[in-house]
Amino acid sequence: MNQNRSIGELIRDFLSETGQLAYFAGRFFREVVRPPYEFREFLRQCYQMGNRSLVLVLVTGFIIGLVLTLQSRPTLIEFGAESWMPNMVGISIVREIGPVIIALICAGRIASGIGAELGSMRVTEQIDAMEVSGTNPFNYLVVTRVLATTLMIPLLVIFGDMIALYGSALVEYFKGGMSFQLYFNKVSDALAYADFIPATIKSFFFGFMIGLVGCYKGYYCQKGTAGVGKAANTAVVNASLLVFFVDFMAVFISDIFY
Amino acid sequence: METRTQHTESKKATAGKKEVIRIRDLRKSFGENQVLRGFNLTLYENENLVVMGKSGSGKSVMIKCLVGLMEPDEGVVEVLGQDISTLEQQELDHLRSDIGFLFQGSALYDSMTVRENLEFPMRRHKEKLGRITDTLPLVMEALENVGLAHAIDLMPAELSGGMKRRIALARALILKPKLILYDEPTSGLDPITSKEIIGLMRNIQRKYGTASLIITHDVDCARVISERILLLVEGTNYAEGTYGELSSSTDPKVEAFFKK
Repeated sequence: MNQNRSIGELIRDFLSETGQLAYFAGRFFREVVRPPYEFREFLRQCYQMGNRSLVLVLVTGFIIGLVLTLQSRPTLIEFGAESWMPNMVGISIVREIGPVIIALICAGRIASGIGAELGSMRVTEQIDAMEVSGTNPFNYLVVTRVLATTLMIPLLVIFGDMIALYGSALVEYFKGGMSFQLYFNKVSDALAYADFIPATIKSFFFGFMIGLVGCYKGYYCQKGTAGVGKAANTAVVNASLLVFFVDFMAVFISDIFY
Repeated sequence: METRTQHTESKKATAGKKEVIRIRDLRKSFGENQVLRGFNLTLYENENLVVMGKSGSGKSVMIKCLVGLMEPDEGVVEVLGQDISTLEQQELDHLRSDIGFLFQGSALYDSMTVRENLEFPMRRHKEKLGRITDTLPLVMEALENVGLAHAIDLMPAELSGGMKRRIALARALILKPKLILYDEPTSGLDPITSKEIIGLMRNIQRKYGTASLIITHDVDCARVISERILLLVEGTNYAEGTYGELSSSTDPKVEAFFKK
């Protein structure tokens, strides 16, 4: 790769890549309503992505809740606001930390997996073989995966949020003597629909972006094993950046409405 | 550009036969690199035509243009009487059900079992097979044709290179195509497995009467299977004839392909 590219070339490449991704997304929306519907493959992908990411998401969520509470406690105690811990942790996890961290984990695990899988299928001519057999590979490979990530990421976020709150409650129980019932009552009092709904909506967009970028990078993978590695790698980087971009947009928009 | 050498024996053999593939003045470039420079080809029914050429001479590009995987810059590509460039996606998919394609690396779907690999092309073309409800008999017939009925539940990762190639051949046959395209069918295989694959290709051609276009630089494969050979040099037709005609040619470029 040429390291001495000018800023103009970098901007041109970025715009070209963005245009191609937008075209790919457009094709997704055209194909998603067009039969045949690959329901079985969609369910298989949901199982693959959801089930196989669940443990990672739960462990991460639990640790986030644990660490956030442990690190916030001294400051809240200093201000005599220890009883506000469930409110603070609940709102920050449900609104922001849970969706973003879990989406980033899924960007690493799922987008790279899709990028590598479709990339190796492209390199070994499996996608060409599907096309030659008269089957629409875009419908079978891309539509099913993007729909699966769009559906599964919000579910993983909900599970991750729940376990993070449980981790936080555990710290409060052992360190502050607060019962689990009181902790979760305080969390539910603190949370409003305005916290939960935008966070859930943006999780769908995170899932869509993760699936779309993973599929895009894999589907148009360049030839060779190096191409597969590059597809997996750039899928993670681009999906992570898009998660932050979507998060910024979501916060910006929800700030206007709520 | 016309073929420099066309021998009379091959002309006689093809006279009066129906055309299955017709390529005229096919041109394809990648940037500055002109890969195909006015290539012409005609394949007739029940015929085995071998296209030989060095690596990078445009053989694989030509075969991909034939099935619509690549779009030519110029030229006419007709398969089974239909101009590929004028077809809608649905029409192209329908046409593809009449074409079997054996890929160089077998291209088996590695997340599926052998049975699922063979059933995959049937998903969209059940009407062609008479709206069948049970696909197993067809899968078994195709696997028996290649002598691998016992491998039905194996995954591609559990198969040897030769077995993969035979399963890929079975998959290419599953929709009972009128035309089979072979992209380097023996590349990467040991001589014994290569002979087995060539034997299978001959048996299939005899059993189903399909037309075959074989891209190879395996001279043994060309000798055994070809009724006609076309030499592709620098993206265009260089010579055409039977194996006997071309192997006895004194043209240095033709000799280079056939001398052992």
